[in-house]
Amino acid sequence: MSAPMLELRNVVVDFDGFKAINDLSLTIESGSMTVVIGPNGAGKSTMCDSIIGRVRPTTGTVLFRGQEIQAKPEHDIVGLGICRKFQTPGVLVALSVIDNLTIAATKDRRWWTKFGRKGEAAARERAEDILEMVGLGPRRDELAGNLSHGEKQWLEIGMVVATDAELLLLDEPTAGMGAAESTQTAEIVKALVGKHAVLVIDHDIDFVAQLGGHVVVLHQGQLLREGTLAEIRADEEVAAIYLGRA
Amino acid sequence: MPTTFPAKALAGGIFLALAVAAPWLLTPYDLNLLGRFLALSLTAMGLVLLWGEGGILSLGQGVFFGIGGYAIAMHLKLADLGPDELPDFMVWTGVEKLPWWWELLHSPILAIIAVLVVAPLVAGLIGWAMFRRRIGGVYFALITQALALAFATLLISQQDMTGGFNGLTDYHTLFGFNLNLPSTAVGLYFATLILAVCSLFGLRWLIASRFGKLLRASRDGSNRMRFLGYDPAPYKIIAFTVGALLASVSGALFTLHAGVISPALVGVVPSIEMVIWAAIGGRHSVAGALAGALFVNFAKDKISTAFPELWLYFLGLMFIVAVTVLPKGIAGLFGADHPFRALRKGDMFARWRKDKALQRYSATETAPPQMEAGA
Repeated sequence: MSAPMLELRNVVVDFDGFKAINDLSLTIESGSMTVVIGPNGAGKSTMCDSIIGRVRPTTGTVLFRGQEIQAKPEHDIVGLGICRKFQTPGVLVALSVIDNLTIAATKDRRWWTKFGRKGEAAARERAEDILEMVGLGPRRDELAGNLSHGEKQWLEIGMVVATDAELLLLDEPTAGMGAAESTQTAEIVKALVGKHAVLVIDHDIDFVAQLGGHVVVLHQGQLLREGTLAEIRADEEVAAIYLGRA
Repeated sequence: MPTTFPAKALAGGIFLALAVAAPWLLTPYDLNLLGRFLALSLTAMGLVLLWGEGGILSLGQGVFFGIGGYAIAMHLKLADLGPDELPDFMVWTGVEKLPWWWELLHSPILAIIAVLVVAPLVAGLIGWAMFRRRIGGVYFALITQALALAFATLLISQQDMTGGFNGLTDYHTLFGFNLNLPSTAVGLYFATLILAVCSLFGLRWLIASRFGKLLRASRDGSNRMRFLGYDPAPYKIIAFTVGALLASVSGALFTLHAGVISPALVGVVPSIEMVIWAAIGGRHSVAGALAGALFVNFAKDKISTAFPELWLYFLGLMFIVAVTVLPKGIAGLFGADHPFRALRKGDMFARWRKDKALQRYSATETAPPQMEAGA
């Protein structure tokens, strides 16, 4: 069997003595769907941060396609094919929706190519497709800053997809969404599996059920359980930490 | 907006026609002022790219303005001299041999290259050092302000090399043309006008390009940009470098029009004034910044002639008005969402009515809970 696409090996993230991630090992296969759940402070977002290079592991290695990436600059990690959506929507507010997506879809991200138009048409074409995919067609030329919270979430999901990264990290894609919006988000995310490996962090158990992926439970920076949602639901220890019984 | 474009193009055309006709409409004195202020507008337009689009507030544009100004002034000083003569202030301070870096500027070509290359190079290096380390915002503003202070102090302290506090003045020929002739003055005015118009359209193109979009992206979401795989640093470095180039050319042109460059024109206070031109004109509009530089400087000329001690109060007042009422400056008056739009719709009192309504509401008896208790 070939090596997994992403592998975390004994990763520790130590914030001045507090181990947000404590000896975590995890693998993600290409084209898979992994849902990470866990109580507040379990280290879910920090795990994403350590993959994408926003925080550096104190010890341990992060391997992407067999290559160590834990010391690379963020934009180089992204260049290898990992892209992340943040918990609070991080769209480019001064640009239109279509420009946001086009910038994300542009393959050549070197600055000196930005004075010409080379590659712009291809990126624009991909951006138009993704615009429809995330249901923002009617908002095409609106400034991203004028979108509602839910629309910003979809736009950012769209941007992450537009990069065509092999691994997409979606940190709470339904934060601040109602049930109907969550369902739409689940449809979008499910359509991505296969073409991309998707790692979703979420609290909302209904949303997790809709996604129906492999579930990983983090607790105090460590991997507590993994399995299908049914297995996790039946697990007494998981129930205990969620209900606060230790 | 497409519907307002023809009106704006028409207005632009009228202003351009007036600017071209200016040598025949204005007195030589006023034409000189217009030329000077057009020269200054290059610095303000550069700040639109740097500050408005890039979000980088530089309080050190005077440094680059000064580099351009001094480079051309050094050449002008040397152009007036015979083979073995030294500039007047060097004679007074007892310098016996011309330093090599003065010697270089004997050549008009090297002088022009110095104006075009030195300031952008310095800015590029400073930008590279700072933006790579993600220094921005207030820290960047303070560091650049310190640079302006250091630059002016250095110029004053090196009197035997720079002319000290008095700066460099009293020169007569530029590339063989006599600077005192009216025809040279008109030529210089047109050269300035052409450069100002080229800068205007060049910057507008740059701001509309993909580079401009990514520069705005780096202003509002440098983290998002980084996590889309873009490095924001080069965009900021280039914006700073282009701003420095324009400030340098601006300084050189100003020196030619004004006939003087001195530390008082390049230090901390002038650098802040440059930012104020852009703020009053509109820091998101290149044409606005041009208008702002002209407006503020003509006001300065007229007001400081009439009330010499009041000018700074006027400047402060204009700045406060720009910040509070017109955050988009003069250009904001012509935009789709200008501040008096609310007034036109009759919504000016909406805030007042809201306060009244809230007062009325809280003054009424709290009837509903009682009814609920009864039911």
